[in-house]
Amino acid sequence: MNMLSEKKKDVTILYVREERLDAHNSGDLKTELASLFEGKEKSILVDLKDVRFIDSSGLGALVSGFKNAISHQGNLKLSGLQPQVKSMFELTRLHRVFEIFTSSEEALETF
Amino acid sequence: MEEKKIQVDIKVPNQTRYLSLIGKIGEDIANELYRYSGDRETLAYHINLVLTEAMANAIRHANASDPDKIVRVVIFFEADELVIQVHDSGQGFDINNIPTPNAENILEDRGRGISLIRSLMDSVCYRTMKGGNILEMTKKLQ
Repeated sequence: MNMLSEKKKDVTILYVREERLDAHNSGDLKTELASLFEGKEKSILVDLKDVRFIDSSGLGALVSGFKNAISHQGNLKLSGLQPQVKSMFELTRLHRVFEIFTSSEEALETF
Repeated sequence: MEEKKIQVDIKVPNQTRYLSLIGKIGEDIANELYRYSGDRETLAYHINLVLTEAMANAIRHANASDPDKIVRVVIFFEADELVIQVHDSGQGFDINNIPTPNAENILEDRGRGISLIRSLMDSVCYRTMKGGNILEMTKKLQ
């Protein structure tokens, strides 16, 4: 999976640079998030602005990251959701679980 | 003269790398429905999603991730309905024994696929045939 990470202050921003986040590549995201939290990162922002399509396993990878954040006393937030991607969070009620921001700049101010 | 409609019958290896291809075909078919009066972009996304979910389910659960097996996808129109079938050749699974997502299990990593299909399609059934199983989903087109 094509991902790019960037550190701004104490926040690691993980840009998912794929058009689809599905059962083929979501395992990579799940592994990367687990590795970041195990590496003592506390604040992670996953930016999904390039993602046009997400399926249940993509959502599952983010839920797994969210649980990792909780167990490491950290934070995982989301930004840049395209409308159809956001609708999947709403359909599964996961928009009530995650803190979701329009842009990474907006999200960074909340950590 | 009876109108000719699209029918797709495609077989792909039992591998997740083909999810994108099948999902794209579903989107393209949704975009060809010239009489559809609803939100075409949303319909295309939903068809892509249910195909992706059903095929991933067939690959991982029914066909037990065996890369030598195949998944067959059939898409056709019957009256005013879009019918999507995903055929697997594995042991299958019990579609009625999948927990419905709720407040207690919302943080489970897995188990949303069939529920998503059910919420986006008008009917969903999974039946065993000779040599395999078929997950059949239909959607009324207005």
